[in-house]
Amino acid sequence: MIVTERKELTEILEQLTDDKRIYLVVCGGCPEGAKTGTPEEVEKLKGELTEAGKEIVGDVRIDFLCNKALVGTRLSRKLDALRRADALLVLSCGIGVQATTAITMMKAHPALNTVSMGGFQGLFPSAERCQECGECVLSYTGGICPITVCSKSLLNGQCGGSKNGMCEVSTDRPCGWQLIWERAHELGLEDRLKRFIPLRNYSRWDFPDELRTTVRWALEVEETREEEEAEEVAKSSDRKKEKGQ
Amino acid sequence: MSLREALDSGQFVVTGEIGPPKGLDTHEMMEELEDLKGIVQAVNVTDIQSSVMRLGALAVCGKMVQMGIEPVFQMTCRDRNRLALQSDLLSAAWLGIENVLALTGDYTTLGDHPGAKPVYDLDSTTLLQTITTLEGGKDLSGNDLAGAPKFFKGAVVTPCADPIEPQIIKLEKKVEAGAQFIQTQAVYDPAQFEAFMKRVAHIKVPILVGIVPLKSAGMARFMNQNVAGITIPDPLIQQMKEAKKDDRMKVSAEIAGRLIKDMKGMCQGAHLMPLGWTRMVKDVLQIAEV
Repeated sequence: MIVTERKELTEILEQLTDDKRIYLVVCGGCPEGAKTGTPEEVEKLKGELTEAGKEIVGDVRIDFLCNKALVGTRLSRKLDALRRADALLVLSCGIGVQATTAITMMKAHPALNTVSMGGFQGLFPSAERCQECGECVLSYTGGICPITVCSKSLLNGQCGGSKNGMCEVSTDRPCGWQLIWERAHELGLEDRLKRFIPLRNYSRWDFPDELRTTVRWALEVEETREEEEAEEVAKSSDRKKEKGQ
Repeated sequence: MSLREALDSGQFVVTGEIGPPKGLDTHEMMEELEDLKGIVQAVNVTDIQSSVMRLGALAVCGKMVQMGIEPVFQMTCRDRNRLALQSDLLSAAWLGIENVLALTGDYTTLGDHPGAKPVYDLDSTTLLQTITTLEGGKDLSGNDLAGAPKFFKGAVVTPCADPIEPQIIKLEKKVEAGAQFIQTQAVYDPAQFEAFMKRVAHIKVPILVGIVPLKSAGMARFMNQNVAGITIPDPLIQQMKEAKKDDRMKVSAEIAGRLIKDMKGMCQGAHLMPLGWTRMVKDVLQIAEV
């Protein structure tokens, strides 16, 4: 399972500055387990956005947004409704946001940050990759991740090494920022590339021990923890009973 | 007069460039510096150019200050994280180095240590922002510095890139981050450069056009194929091809001088990267009439 966390509301609203009509695209895979994409969380976010003056024109839940084939078939039926929105707000890991942009060719903003697990790449990855950097910038890069697509993981635009659209590292590797530029150009989002992306916090690339142990952490650790907690509760109520006697 | 003062005064400014050697035999580099001394305003020192391990730019720039040659300390983001970059900036200021040129840096696999770990903690824009922050008396974590440095901050741009828009967006970011002068990638087509200068007319920072003298027709063809943002027109390649081996430097100086002459009205200076052919620089400038 990929672990995500909700972005602060202020950051989400900053991303949505130019957009009023919002369509929510929710991944029903990992964010369910990570409790960032549960129906309750989605309702909470909807309330917050409405209060901030945004109009929620619809929402859709798709199991595993990282599975582009699935996203394609599910979203193609809803494309007309989607197009009536100014932008999509995606509750998923970085791969889901990129896959959604690639399929819909619409402006899509991430509502979540993907937490580092040290390199686990989605359940159905296609060409998109997510570094789990914990500070998602896909809102400002045309829905293509500069960290994974650029050899140097540059955040503020291409270096001088791009030639004929290819990267200096290898002639068969496209320049990541060329791809980002072309996508932004196609979507009319060139101005969003002008945003200055500040220094990153690389300590977020490290990951907690509990995620180090296993990718089935949620199943193995969380459930055991819940069981243990239940046992604790049972024990303490037993003790209360004993005291009461 | 320093590079900053020369550009402020509005005169056409010429800078040169040297690359430190791989090892401690510095006599050729010293000869190159002697060739350039008194002829150009300042001399760039490349930072582990092409990712090929060599003597460091910081030490060479420090030595140049002692020799009375104004250095431009090139700094890439390839090899140092934010701790090392900030520390080296303080070291540079302490050695009397005023000019710093911020670059991304060629990728590690292009050089002679392809297995090295690339860093890129900062990029060229955030490096400029970092220099500005240090000048304000703080480090990147907001801690006070006991004594703040003062720099003249430079950046680069590729005027003949295709598409040009992403280059311009990045240039705007660099100026926003504090860049005070721009040295460009090599230009061989004045018309293309003129079009670029029109596109960046809103950027009020002096721009020095980059000039790399051609050494041979083969080198020109190689650059056309392999170097980003460089297009050498066929007539120039033909001119180099027709030159006898002994005349190549002379013909090359004529081409470079003519390019500067054609473009000096469009920008505030020229940055000459002679790749070792420093003894021709005097002729180039004579032909360029600067």
